[in-house]
Amino acid sequence: MSDYKAVIGLEVHAELDTASKIYCGCTTAFGGEENTHVCPICLGLPGALPLLNRKVVEFCIKAGLALNCKINNYSRQDRKHYFYPDLPKSFQTSQLDLPICYDGYLDIEVNGQTKRIGITRIHIEEDAGKLIHGLTGTRVDYNRGATGLIEIVSEPDLTNPDEVYAYMETLRQVLLYTGVSNCKMEEGSLRCDVNVSIHREGEPFGVRTEMKNLNSLSAAKAAAAYEIKRQKQVLAEGGDLFQATLRWDDAKGINYVMRVKEHADEYYYFPEPDIMPIVITPEEVEAIRATLPELPKARQQRYKSQYGLSDYDANILTVSKALSDLFDQAVACEAPAKVCANFIMGDITRLLNEKALQPEEVPFGGKELAELANLISQGAISSSAGSKVVELLFQPEFAGKAPKAIVEEQNLGQVSDQGAIKAMCQQVIDANPKVVEDYRGGKKQAISALVGQVMKASKGKANPAMANQLLEELLNG
Amino acid sequence: MDNMQKQELASLTLTQAAGLLAKGETSSSELTQLMLERIAASDNNAYITVNAEAMAAAEAADARRRTGQSLSLVDGVPMALKDNFCVRGMKTTCASRMLENFVPPYTAAVAEKLADAGTVLLGKVNMDEFAAGNATDTSYFGPTKNPRDPRRVAGGSSGGSAAAVAEDTAYFTMGSDTGGSVRQPAAFCGVVGLKPTYGRVSRYGVVAFASSLDQVGPLNKTVEDCALTLSLIAGCDPRDASSLPSPVPDYLAGLKGAEGLKGLRVGVPQEYMGPGIQEDIRQNVKKLISDLQAAGALVEECSLPQLEYALGAYYVISSAEFSSNLGRFDGVKYGYRAKGYDGYDDMLRRSRSEAFGDEVKRRILLGTYTLSAGYFDAYYLRAQKARTLIIEDFRRAFGKYDILLTPTAPVTPWLLGTAFADPSQVYAMDMCTVSVNVAGLPAISVPWGVDRDGLPVGVQLIGPALSEDRILQAAHGVEALANSGQIPGQKGGAAHV
Repeated sequence: MSDYKAVIGLEVHAELDTASKIYCGCTTAFGGEENTHVCPICLGLPGALPLLNRKVVEFCIKAGLALNCKINNYSRQDRKHYFYPDLPKSFQTSQLDLPICYDGYLDIEVNGQTKRIGITRIHIEEDAGKLIHGLTGTRVDYNRGATGLIEIVSEPDLTNPDEVYAYMETLRQVLLYTGVSNCKMEEGSLRCDVNVSIHREGEPFGVRTEMKNLNSLSAAKAAAAYEIKRQKQVLAEGGDLFQATLRWDDAKGINYVMRVKEHADEYYYFPEPDIMPIVITPEEVEAIRATLPELPKARQQRYKSQYGLSDYDANILTVSKALSDLFDQAVACEAPAKVCANFIMGDITRLLNEKALQPEEVPFGGKELAELANLISQGAISSSAGSKVVELLFQPEFAGKAPKAIVEEQNLGQVSDQGAIKAMCQQVIDANPKVVEDYRGGKKQAISALVGQVMKASKGKANPAMANQLLEELLNG
Repeated sequence: MDNMQKQELASLTLTQAAGLLAKGETSSSELTQLMLERIAASDNNAYITVNAEAMAAAEAADARRRTGQSLSLVDGVPMALKDNFCVRGMKTTCASRMLENFVPPYTAAVAEKLADAGTVLLGKVNMDEFAAGNATDTSYFGPTKNPRDPRRVAGGSSGGSAAAVAEDTAYFTMGSDTGGSVRQPAAFCGVVGLKPTYGRVSRYGVVAFASSLDQVGPLNKTVEDCALTLSLIAGCDPRDASSLPSPVPDYLAGLKGAEGLKGLRVGVPQEYMGPGIQEDIRQNVKKLISDLQAAGALVEECSLPQLEYALGAYYVISSAEFSSNLGRFDGVKYGYRAKGYDGYDDMLRRSRSEAFGDEVKRRILLGTYTLSAGYFDAYYLRAQKARTLIIEDFRRAFGKYDILLTPTAPVTPWLLGTAFADPSQVYAMDMCTVSVNVAGLPAISVPWGVDRDGLPVGVQLIGPALSEDRILQAAHGVEALANSGQIPGQKGGAAHV
C-alpha cells in the first residue's frame, strides 16, 4: 500500500495580539477571573452592536503581506451560525467569500529542500469563550470570547508529517516576526486543524478527515502521521474511509472520532449586517507593508552575505526573533559576528533552556554581548572565560553590569604575559614526557593536549594562541 | 383638579406640555402622576412594565426646573419606550416569555439621549413578540387594544407605543420600525409615526429584529411633536456602525402648515393604489390628492414597478436576519431555561420551544430555510438583488418628485382575534410600508380622516435618504389640511376623535 500518497492541508488559527477585542474595548489579556473581561458587546447581549477594531484588519493585512498574499480592497464579514454554549450570539462573525487576504505562499525547508506551500486565504473572525467542566456542572468563561483571530488556510500542498512540522514552525516564526500574534500554543494563541486524505498518484483525492485544535507542533506532526497510517491501514484491510472530525489524544498518541460527517457542514452563512464592508485602499496596504519587519528568510540571507555565516548558523540564529534581534544589536556595536553568533547559539541558548526562560528574557542586551565578543576577539579573555561571564550575566546580582567590569572584578582576564606563560609551558613539557615524545615523533596534533594543560594550569586565563606558539618554540627549539 | 382638567392636561401635545412646564403652570410630578393614574386605569394593555422610579425622576426634573437647570425644553415630560429598548436595571421583555425576566445591564443609546434631555420614563410598552407581527397580538403579555375601538387591534409591532399616545398615557413614545412597525400602528391608532432614514438614529441597545432594516422612530400626537422628538434622538452614534455622520438639521424650522405644500412635487405610486387597498382608504387618499393640489402642490400618479418585489424581498431578508439575531436566546446566559433538561442540546431545544411563540418560530424557520446552503441563492441572494432594484426605483422617482404619497396600510384596524386563512395574508398587510425599510428611506404616517366605520386612516409620505426635514414639512402641511375640518371624521388635533 506504499503507493498511497498523503494530501494534507492546514487551517491555523492565530489569536491576534491587539490590546482590545475585535468588536469592543475589552482587554485581550490571557486569563483573568472568569467573565471579567467582558461587556454587553462581546457577550452578545440583545441590542448590543459590534464595532470592528481596525487594528485587527491591519494585523490580518500584515500577516497576509508577510505570507505573500494578495489583499482584497473590498471585503466583508459574514455570520457563521451554530449553537454552542461558548458562542454567545450563536453565530461566529467570520468571513466567507471575501477574505481580507488570498493567494499567498510560505516557503518551508525540509531536509535541506525548499518547498513552496500555497496559502489559500487568511480571514478575520472572533474567538469563542471557554467551557470549564467542573464537578457540579459546566461553566462558560467568555473572557477569551471575541478576541480577534486570523485563520490561515493552506493549500493541500503538504505530503508528510515532517512538512506539517516545518510549515507550522515556519509559519509561527513569520507570525512572531510580524508581531501579529504571540503564538503561545500553550495558551491557545496558536491552534491548528489538520486535514488529511490519501490517494494514489493521478487519482482523485481520497476521503478527508479533520483533526481539530492541535496545540503543539509535535502534536500536529504526530496526529498527521497517525492519521496517514490509519487511513492506509483501513484501505489495506479493504475497509472504507468516511468523512469525520477526529480528536487527537496527545497523551495516548491516538485519534478518536468526535463525529462523523454525513452532510457538508451547514452554517447558514450570510453577510453580517451590523458591520460595514471593509474597504482597504492600496495606500493603506503599502503603508502596512512599510511597517513589515525583515522576515526570517531575508535575515538568513543577510547573515550569510553580510557576515559570512553558514546556512546552519543563519537558520538557527533566526529561529527566535528575540535572539536574532540580540545578534543584530550586537553586531551593530561593531562586534565580530561569528563570536556573537556562537554565544547566542551556545551559552545563551543553553542558559535559557536551563533556566526555562523565553528568548525574550535574555537579561542583557546587544551592547553587553558586543563588549563581551570584542574582549574575546581582542584576546583580552579566553572563550572559556567568556562563557563564565555569560553565566554570571544571567545571575540577578550581576544584572546590568558591563562584561569588562565583571572580567576585572572576577579576575577573568587572559594572561598574555609572555614570561609567565612561557614558564607554565616549560612546566607542562616537563610534566608530560610521553606527550612530548609523541609530538617529536611526528604527531603534531599532540600539542593541543599540552595547550590544554597550560590552560588548566592557568585556570583558563592563559592566551591559548600564545601558549600554542610558545610550546612550539620550546619543543622545536 | 377635576376630571375635565385632568383630561385636558392628559391630552396636551408634547410641545404644549413642554410649554406649560416652562411657564410653571404644571410640573413634571403632576404630569407624571396623571399619566401613572391613567396607565393604571386603562384597559388597553399598552404597558408591560411601569417604571417604579418614574415619580422620583419627575421630582428630580422639577427640582432642576426650580433652580433653572433644566436639561432641555422637554425636561420632565413623561414618555414611554417600546419594550425592546434596553434600560439598565429595568425589565426588557420584547413581549416574550423568553425575556420575561431579563434585566439588561446597559441602556440603549436613544434611551440615554432621552434621559439626558430629562424626559421621565413611565415604563415599557407592549409590542409583538420580538417585533414580529403587525397587530401587537403576538405579545406574551396579551394583545394591546386599539384606543379608538378596543375591539380592534392597535397595529404593530409598536402597538403599545401607538396606543399609549392615542389613549394619552404618554406625551410621546418610542417604537422601532423594521417593515412598518411604527407607521402602521400610528395609522391604526390615529397618531403620527416616523421611521427615519436607516442610520439616522442609533440602534445601539434596541433588541435587533432585522439589523439591516431596523430603525428607531417616535410616535407622537402631532407632526410638530414628531419633529421635536426626532431632534432629540437623531445623530451619529459611534457605537452603531450603520450610524450616519451627516449633521442633524433643525427639524422644526421648516414646519409651515399648508404653506409648506406650495410647489411640492408629489408622486403617487400606483402600485399602492390598486385593488389590494381598501376602497374607502383609496377614496381618502384621492381626497388628499385634490386637497394637496388645491394647496399648491404638484401631484401626479407614478409607477415604481419594482415595488412588486418588495414584500417578498422584505420577508426573506427580515426573516433571515431575525433567525440569526434570535439564535442567542439559548437558555445559557440569561432568559428562559426549560426545567429538567437532559444535556445542552435538550436544554436548547426545549428552552426555545417553550419560550418562543408561534409567529417567532415561524419566522425563525422561514429565515433558517432561506439561509440554507441549497436555497440561499434562490431566496436570500435574489431578495438582495430585488433590494438593489427597489433602491434604484426609488432613486429614479426622487429625481422627479420631492416626496411619494401612499396609504400607510391597505386596511384599517381589524377585529382582535380575526382568523386569517394563512400567514401570508397577514404579511400582505405590510405591503405599503416594507419597501421603505428595504430601501433604507425615511417615511412618516400622518392621520388623514377615517374609514366608513370611523376608524383612523393614515397616509404615508416617503422621502429620499436624510430628507426627514422635507417629509416633516409635508406632513405638517397634510396635518394642517386635516385640521381645517374638510376631512370627514377628523376634527381638532390630528390625533383626537
